[in-house]
Amino acid sequence: MTNVIAEIKKDYLYNLFLKGERADGRAFDQYREFSVERNLISKAEGSALVKLGSSQVLVGVKMQPGEPFPDTPNRGVIITNAELVPLASPVFEPGPPNETGIELARLVDRGVRESKAIDLEALCITPGKQVWIIFIDVHILDDCGNILDAASIGAIAALLTTKVPASKFGLGEDYPLPVKDIPIATTAIEFGDVIMFDPDSDEESIANTKLTVLSTADGSICGMQKSGTGVLRQEQIYRIVDIACEKAKEIREKFLEE
Amino acid sequence: MKMIAMDGSNISFFKEGLRLDGRRADEFRPLKIEVGVLARADGSCYVEMGGNKVIAAVYGPREVHPRHLQEATRAIVRYRYNMASFSVEERKRPGPDRRSYELSKVSREALEPVIFTSYYPRSVIDVFVEVLQADAGTRTAGINAASVALADAGIPMKSMISACAAGKVADTIVLDPMKEEDNFGQADMPIAMTPTGQITLLQMDGHLTKDEFQRAMELAIKGCRDIYEIQRKSLIEKYNQLGSELAVVQEAEVL
Repeated sequence: MTNVIAEIKKDYLYNLFLKGERADGRAFDQYREFSVERNLISKAEGSALVKLGSSQVLVGVKMQPGEPFPDTPNRGVIITNAELVPLASPVFEPGPPNETGIELARLVDRGVRESKAIDLEALCITPGKQVWIIFIDVHILDDCGNILDAASIGAIAALLTTKVPASKFGLGEDYPLPVKDIPIATTAIEFGDVIMFDPDSDEESIANTKLTVLSTADGSICGMQKSGTGVLRQEQIYRIVDIACEKAKEIREKFLEE
Repeated sequence: MKMIAMDGSNISFFKEGLRLDGRRADEFRPLKIEVGVLARADGSCYVEMGGNKVIAAVYGPREVHPRHLQEATRAIVRYRYNMASFSVEERKRPGPDRRSYELSKVSREALEPVIFTSYYPRSVIDVFVEVLQADAGTRTAGINAASVALADAGIPMKSMISACAAGKVADTIVLDPMKEEDNFGQADMPIAMTPTGQITLLQMDGHLTKDEFQRAMELAIKGCRDIYEIQRKSLIEKYNQLGSELAVVQEAEVL
């Protein structure tokens, strides 16, 4: 399911883009205001509510001991899930996650995993028998565009507040989850050779190409995904990657200030 | 055989400048493409790339079921990437999982930009890809096979799509990583593109600096261009052969 947008609005937006403007007055590489509220779910080991413009995403982290995967007996496990619940958008439907939800969850997961933000070996309790399992659950509350970037900010923010619940399972004192990096997802859309970051839902529904770049604190790339039925040229991709790494840096800095 | 450590830290990926299977860094594995391998499908293609064995079938344009999925102005494209349970070392539980949902989505989006879907409103073009044996690079092998199968089915397309991955192992950018390099390497980046250089699929995981990323991109693009030539040849070969058979039949009729 996709948003339907009136032709006249599409025209209006496109004419604005040609003049170098956006409907809400932002520059093409400008993010909407965002805020992060931490630890508002006391039942969760860590949580964060991210507001990116009007988009709202809640991420909760739960941890419990469990069995490791047979091929990685001394490493903890990360399981990321995303719920695109019908309260968040007229086009979300109840039922098992569809491919959009699965892609979103896998991208959030890729950011955390590939940046090596979590030291999985430190989460081993008894090699081959018991390790910590981290469940990162992304709950979309209001989809006003670019929920992926909001979810990625939410995931790392929630992990940064996470306390390993060791005492609950008789495994010693609780301690904060060690987090070593802050991976940030930055998403751009392409529309008639205009590259635009942090698209709102109208912008998302008229563009048919999206590129998400996941980057780490050292300014390198730890993941990428093109999605949508459009095409991108090599130099467009390079341009997006350049701006994306810069934007991620800004977001990371703002994030650490708070 | 040498034991491989769990984290692969003691593997040496290069021996005298060559990779574990004797390739140079900028070479892809032997690629074999066979067109029209299935009788029932409208178009089909079998691709072998190194240890990967992939078969693709195209059905359609045909009626959409369930009907609520149909679009009034264009054909929809469905792509199903499926791994056989015996295709990997540890038996894979049959049926779709989250990985295959994601791969199906991005693969579909890699092919859709070149298909003239507006020619066939209210219909569906189904692409089914079965991975029979996997050895890293199945999504790109699947896209290569699917693209040839679409052409074989006579689906009008702007161009072919060719796909190839580049990766990073032991700080070296390599083309078309195989299993060991994918598992224990530092990055993997599959792309798909048209012969004119429009990129329709781009994914990446691992760790690349911006400079490494650009070098990987250049290498993968070069790989796609070479693969395109092989795809093209395989189609020409099949239809040339059909053409000469037809000529024989026509000659017989004249006599």
